[in-house]
Amino acid sequence: MKTLVIAEHDNTTLKVATLNAVAAATAIGGDIDILVAGAQCGPAAEAAAKVPGVAKVICADHAVYEHQLAENIGLLVAEVGADYDNVLAASTANGKNFMPRVAALLDVAQISDILSVESADTFKRPIYAGNVIATVQSSDPKKVITVRTTAFDAAPAEGGSATIEACTAVHDAGVSKFLREEVAKSDRPELTSASVIISGGRGMQNGDNFSLLEGIADKLNAAIGASRAAVDAGFVPNDYQVGQTGKIVAPDLYVAVGISGAIQHLAGMKDSKVIVAINKDEDAPIFQVADYGLVADLFEALPELEAAL
Amino acid sequence: MKALVAVKRVVDYNVKVRAKTDGTDVDLNNVKMAINPFCEIAVEEAVRLKEAGTVAEIVAVSVGESSCQEQIRTALALGADRGIHVEVEGRPEPLSIAKLLKAVIAQESPDLVILGKQSIDGDNNQTGQMLGALTGMGQGTFASEIKVTDGAVEVVREVDGGLQTVSISLPAIVTTDLRLNEPRYASLPNIMKAKKKPLETLTPEQLSVSVQPHVTQIGVSPPPERAAGIKVENVSQLVDKLKNEAKVI
Repeated sequence: MKTLVIAEHDNTTLKVATLNAVAAATAIGGDIDILVAGAQCGPAAEAAAKVPGVAKVICADHAVYEHQLAENIGLLVAEVGADYDNVLAASTANGKNFMPRVAALLDVAQISDILSVESADTFKRPIYAGNVIATVQSSDPKKVITVRTTAFDAAPAEGGSATIEACTAVHDAGVSKFLREEVAKSDRPELTSASVIISGGRGMQNGDNFSLLEGIADKLNAAIGASRAAVDAGFVPNDYQVGQTGKIVAPDLYVAVGISGAIQHLAGMKDSKVIVAINKDEDAPIFQVADYGLVADLFEALPELEAAL
Repeated sequence: MKALVAVKRVVDYNVKVRAKTDGTDVDLNNVKMAINPFCEIAVEEAVRLKEAGTVAEIVAVSVGESSCQEQIRTALALGADRGIHVEVEGRPEPLSIAKLLKAVIAQESPDLVILGKQSIDGDNNQTGQMLGALTGMGQGTFASEIKVTDGAVEVVREVDGGLQTVSISLPAIVTTDLRLNEPRYASLPNIMKAKKKPLETLTPEQLSVSVQPHVTQIGVSPPPERAAGIKVENVSQLVDKLKNEAKVI
């Protein structure tokens, strides 16, 4: 059995999400190759070659793949992936964008967001925003799978020495163009990769009060998140949102401040290793998932917490 | 120009869905059904484009059992002009839905196809992208802003850590994210008017598409429960626990 993992990278470095996908590929078993598609992506391919257990890195280095446009990447992956039993990618914004195109081109289903590998054709995945876990079996000869990164511990990044093979296939669908990118500028880590997250909810009362979280975030090197209630109330922009329809996170420490714990929020953070809740309502549902609950007025607790760290 | 909007009937987002105790499936007895929230955003966007004079006609399509005509009527009440119901029993998979929508597109030739990025039942996030691959159209997924320009649509996409803007040649596929707009409520007069708007029913046979399952659901289970935690008395006890017990700071 052969599995192809599509690398998540920025042309120079390999993103950790790739290692989560490799871990899922390892759980399936068989040979693992990695496809690195990009432009000037040699350094990323070299990093991929160091991942232990990888037999071969296929490097498709061409301008048409520079911005990971789904139309072009989809055609490439469908061509390269045709020789494999499984095609895997991390369930990132990028993986979610091109992988269903690959599945459709190969005329197979996609199994989205797998949480575990039960056997070579059977997987667990969340449905209904994680309120239910489904066990699904694929009857396709070839499996196209996206991997929930928080469900698989990253494979080691160093120690392997795979061969790197150039792939010269150039696929330009000619229907899409990259125009620009605005990456949120912040000295803080990204929400989806941060090991500590502190999130505010409706209890923060307004956007200005989110500054109370900043001092703590600075001390813990944490990302700042928010509940949908806080986003809907206009306290913070939508890219802060943790939850069913926002970002799914699983940091080592998640601190929920003034968040009641609505289903849609819990769905996005309940796989965090340690959860702390600070809320003045002792009956708030967030306390049912919190490892450590503090019933307190956040406007008193937050300055105290910042001082104590 | 013509816009085609796909809508799906799903469990209302306020319902907490549970696995049946025998683990065979989710318990959907007597739960409230509604239009998928992301599909509602798709309808709203099409209606706004029509109000702006960019779009002349909006066709709302749903694939599913006869009950999904209710959600097509919702789309019509929100401003779609006519509906197409592709009648399929059971729960068709995203690939089948994409194939059926491709056949509808072949009949309707829309310039813009707007879908929700995912439905809140299966959480697959596949149909729009699959439809793109099958039709050869470009896609602007997870859209938070769209602008129709000459022969193309500019889509601001929500990606990890920021926003990406792409230009997609028409005809194009757009899948909606939450930030794209805030859907309106249908007014009572519009709900009444929607009942008189045309709604055509098609079958997979008429569209020459065979609907085949590729994936079997073997069972469902509730997610693992978190062990009950403790309440701490004050901030210093909290910091102490995080440092010495959980060892996360």
